[in-house]
Amino acid sequence: MPRDGEPPPPLIAFEGVSKVFGTGLAAVPALNAVDLRIDRGEFVAIMGPSGSGKSTAMNILGCLDTPTSGTYRFMGVDVGRLDRRRRALLRRRYLGFVFQGFNLLARTSAVENVELPLIYRGMAPAERRRLALGALARVGLEGREDHTPGELSGGQQQRVAIARATVTDPAVLLADEPTGNLDTRMSLEIMNLLVRLNREQGITVIMVTHEPDMAAFARRIIRFVDGRIDSDAPSERAA
Amino acid sequence: MLLEAVKLALQAIRRNALRSFLTVLGIIIGVGAVIAMVTVGNGTTARITADLAKLGTNLLFVLPGQVGPGRASSDARSFNSRDIEAMRAQLRGVQAVAPIAQKSVAVIYGTENRNTVVTGTDSAYFVAQDWALARGRGFFEGEERAGRAACVIGQTVREKLFGSADPIGQDIRVHNVSCEVIGLLEAKGQSSFGTDLDDTVLMPIRAFQRRIAGNMDIMRVYVSARNGVDTAKVQTDIERLLRERRNITTGKEDDFSVRDMKQVVQATAGATAVLTGLLGAVAAVSLLVGGIGIMNIMLVSVTERTREIGIRLAIGALEEQVLLQFLVEAMVLSLFGGIIGILLGLGLAVLATAALNVPFLVDPFIILVAFGFSAMVGVVFGYVPARRAAHLDPIQALRHE
Repeated sequence: MPRDGEPPPPLIAFEGVSKVFGTGLAAVPALNAVDLRIDRGEFVAIMGPSGSGKSTAMNILGCLDTPTSGTYRFMGVDVGRLDRRRRALLRRRYLGFVFQGFNLLARTSAVENVELPLIYRGMAPAERRRLALGALARVGLEGREDHTPGELSGGQQQRVAIARATVTDPAVLLADEPTGNLDTRMSLEIMNLLVRLNREQGITVIMVTHEPDMAAFARRIIRFVDGRIDSDAPSERAA
Repeated sequence: MLLEAVKLALQAIRRNALRSFLTVLGIIIGVGAVIAMVTVGNGTTARITADLAKLGTNLLFVLPGQVGPGRASSDARSFNSRDIEAMRAQLRGVQAVAPIAQKSVAVIYGTENRNTVVTGTDSAYFVAQDWALARGRGFFEGEERAGRAACVIGQTVREKLFGSADPIGQDIRVHNVSCEVIGLLEAKGQSSFGTDLDDTVLMPIRAFQRRIAGNMDIMRVYVSARNGVDTAKVQTDIERLLRERRNITTGKEDDFSVRDMKQVVQATAGATAVLTGLLGAVAAVSLLVGGIGIMNIMLVSVTERTREIGIRLAIGALEEQVLLQFLVEAMVLSLFGGIIGILLGLGLAVLATAALNVPFLVDPFIILVAFGFSAMVGVVFGYVPARRAAHLDPIQALRHE
């Protein structure tokens, strides 16, 4: 955590992060000594073919997984030294997740889905209902609060998922192929929403995608190949 | 958080209503069986205890032979009228000594006909049994001595033979003997062993011996002790007297037995309690089976909801929160089963006690135990699946299809 008089540590810092799955002859390297730094307020797209290590990098970024070697510091904290419980606490304090498959709870209304993270944080019902309705309004879903996922389009479901990920006011929003299951029109809606969240609420957005059109919405594009960063450059939009 | 967990559990159970019901069927049957068994058992015990009070605690039965395993009582000598006279003359602290001789015969009035046990006895019977007459009179001493065929009948016999007509003064045929009805007994209901006590015809023992039995045997003797007299003391006195009269030398076994009715009923009540406990234990085993059923379904449920658990873990649920959620779900499920089971068991007990004609007595303690036990089943058998859910790796869980 930042202390007075010192410059705040970078939000995200990979120092020689490697990840190997399996052991011995069956060992498969997924990340190979990756150095990476992401600061507050960035909008980063991570691209790369499957098997390039981008998903592994996302899991480590999201504190769901830990490096085999090297150090991952999140806000200056060495995540690799934290146990499962501390990583879970870190996740729920600072991170929001959006998935390709939306991953909403079925037969559960939009507002209840958005309330879920707040329930686990022990918030009082009235307060969390208020926050959930606010988050749904910010993603443009007023009037749909009581619809279940089955009654919503894919784009609307993803917006519910984004409301759920942002209702806790996270520092970082991690989006894994957020438009992978959506048609072009809905994809554009979602990307515009992410851009707005990034700009207006200052949420750092890190998004994995394989679609260059979507990556173009980010300000910075990182390309993974064979477990290494192949290129890391500002996007046309940033330029 | 607990409240939320209960709400989530109710949601999950409602979403899978049929499966949830089938899951807890084992608990329902187990708890229901325990409640029904224990309630009916308690009613039976209470009934027997009430009968004990009705009988009076001062009645002794004297029977020929020894009753018990491996002992033939049929060849033992019965009693005779001189035994009765001796007991009346020599026993102290006794209010009545009634001889009993019985035979099952046809009793006929007009076109109505019924097989009934006819008892030959004398007026001491009414005292010993503490049985009053509803109408008419008992036997006169002259009738007893002369062996006149006069009858006192029970309510069931009256109802079957006479319907609503007045039986007093009418002649009925008992076996081959014409017999005037002189008295009607008050209703007594069923004995603890389920026999109808009102299905009876009494006549003076001499008449019975001569005209129905064809011998002078006395099959049993009822002795009632005076209030406040120790029945054990009377029992010893009877035994001493009869050993002497029947020439049983020291060291030889009695060829008769004296039984305290109180002991008989207490033994029956004890046997009922043991049986109740045994049946309850068998039913408790089905609770165990029900618990395993819950564990099985909860394990399936965890596998099936792997993805959901992954979502919860990813959006900020801590392990202990997921553990609590699944534990509460198993507990709510088994408590549901417990409550339904308690209601079912009480319902069954109402029917069974009505059918067995015993009082319906609810024991709050056993309901509490059943409730607590079903909650415990939920915790014990829900723990393993809940821990499995809590320890899922969120990455793997989210990838799970």
